Amino acid sequence: MDSAQEAISEERTVIEAVNLSKTFQDKKRGEVKAVDDVSFVCRPGEIYGLLGANGAGKTTTLRMLATILEPTEGTARLCGHDVVEHPERVRQHCGFLSTATALYPRLTAYEMVAYFGQLNGLDRATLEKRIDEIFDRLDMNGFRDRRCDKLSTGMKQKTSIARTLVHDPPVMIFDEPTLGLDIMTARTIIEFIRECRDRGKTVIFSTHVMSEVEKLCDIIGIIQNGKLLAEGTIEQLRQRHGLQNMEEIFVKIVTPHYKEAV
Amino acid sequence: MSLRNIGIVYRKELTEALRDRRTLITTFLVPLLMIPVLGAGFTSVMSAVIGSAKREKAKVAIVGGEDSPAAVDALKRNPKLNVLEASGDWKKQVIDKKIRAAVEIPPHFQNDLAKGQADTVKINVYGGELKSEMAAANAESTLKEYRDSIATERLAASHLSAELLKPFEVKRQNIAPPEKTAGAILGGIIAYMLILMCLQGAMHPAIDLTAGEKERGTMETILSSPVSRTHLVLGKFLLVVTASLITAVLLLFSVSVSTTVLQKSGALNQLAEEGEPVPQLALKPAAIGSVMIMTVPLSVLFSAGLITIALFAKSHKEAQSYIAPLMFLVVIPAISAMLPGVELTPKLAIVPLLNVSLLCKELVTGEYHWNYIAIIFASTCVYAAGALYLAVKMFQRESVLFRS
Repeated sequence: MDSAQEAISEERTVIEAVNLSKTFQDKKRGEVKAVDDVSFVCRPGEIYGLLGANGAGKTTTLRMLATILEPTEGTARLCGHDVVEHPERVRQHCGFLSTATALYPRLTAYEMVAYFGQLNGLDRATLEKRIDEIFDRLDMNGFRDRRCDKLSTGMKQKTSIARTLVHDPPVMIFDEPTLGLDIMTARTIIEFIRECRDRGKTVIFSTHVMSEVEKLCDIIGIIQNGKLLAEGTIEQLRQRHGLQNMEEIFVKIVTPHYKEAV
Repeated sequence: MSLRNIGIVYRKELTEALRDRRTLITTFLVPLLMIPVLGAGFTSVMSAVIGSAKREKAKVAIVGGEDSPAAVDALKRNPKLNVLEASGDWKKQVIDKKIRAAVEIPPHFQNDLAKGQADTVKINVYGGELKSEMAAANAESTLKEYRDSIATERLAASHLSAELLKPFEVKRQNIAPPEKTAGAILGGIIAYMLILMCLQGAMHPAIDLTAGEKERGTMETILSSPVSRTHLVLGKFLLVVTASLITAVLLLFSVSVSTTVLQKSGALNQLAEEGEPVPQLALKPAAIGSVMIMTVPLSVLFSAGLITIALFAKSHKEAQSYIAPLMFLVVIPAISAMLPGVELTPKLAIVPLLNVSLLCKELVTGEYHWNYIAIIFASTCVYAAGALYLAVKMFQRESVLFRS
């Protein structure tokens, strides 16, 4: 590959996981390989869905991409920045949202979003403009100055979304973003994920809900015991396994490994 | 982006802290109110107890004495005593506090006295009990007066002067500088309270900003922002130090106002013997200033230490249970410094906390041993830096941040 081609691929493959591995020390079970030699690529304007059962390694993988955890082996690059070498730069280029990413209860919705804007290095004028834009778009002006602990679940979700968007990152990472949410709030999130793709962002998201995968994903990666077992578009997976239903495909792929784990 | 981010984190934590009722109470209310409330409470209880003991007409039983009416009459003339005849088990009555004391007059006391034979009058007292001790002291002074009057009579009978009894006078005088008399008492207490307040002020914010953040689920949120973990923990640490220092400053402010008020009220005049200077309780600005400077490394030490420990915990409650034993670790050296006779030595000067307590005790009395001040300030800075290093290191550890 010559250098010109490499530059193009660098630009197009915004997320690139290379032999990503994570080992934890567990008191009871000893050494646990939560993520085992996982490699994949996510491109702009695509939604990559990481599908797996609980404890399969989805959260750990996404946390490594967001540089919240450091890989034990292998690495990943976001927009060309290495997660091990330049974690701060990586975080400037991505927005991370999960059901575990709560809001500061004693800050107002505005302060919450502004705090993250400031930490992302936005100057005052840009920040104010961005916040006004986002608050208009997400219809958040009604609770702009209300404290986060006084917000409804839906308002909280919107504030979280605004928080991830404030620095307009090219990469969005969603870790089971709809877990435990009611249908209406979950729909807002799903809409938002789709909108991110349509705006040309690179999106990776994890879930164990098959319907979300079928609705949203351009590429699906199936993960179990920390290993990426299968990857492809829905069509490719259907053809490869001779099944139509996503759930059946998933079960067929995961079952042999699942027994192994038990 | 670097120092700027520490400032951003600090300002955000400050905003949140100022909206947290618990932080406001522990940082502002407790140090301001503790001294006046404790002081007023202590003084009023003490004066109530002593006052009631002083007003009481104490019941004192006379054992024997039927044949010695003069001695019994002398006791009966004392307006502070209610003299009764002993009945039944009088020792038990003293122990049961039914009567305050029992005076045992030996048989034939008056006769023996007339013959010039010296008997012993015994006063039975419940040692350590305030009212019993006061009744016994009253009975004793009456009996001594009676004894002196007999001696004077005898001297007069032999045409001798009463002066013979006291060929010279003995007088004790306190020449310690007035601020030192009070300082010796107050210094230890101030050092103790200061250490406690420094810790107390840092405790709630330290827990709230670490374990509290894990508990509320905001830890993952903030870790996904571009701020580096070192800057994040430093911003948090600065807020905890701020709370600790505010608490300490307010305590010193409260102490100096309270002592000045006490001084002006004249309540201390009673403490001084006649002709002696009144103890100076009010703190001098130099004392306050120097104590304050010593407080800075102490606050750093506590803040960093508490952050390190609280970070391990997954919840507020868990953090509190880790920190509770720490209180003892801190209180023991602080109390040791209050003990009389514990003074600064080169060895003690490097014992953390104990050194600061002892130094504060000296600073309050207006003594400045510069060698010790330098050693103690430097060693506390070293401990503080160590604790801060540990806190920063701890914040980099995934096994601590994501302990499950």
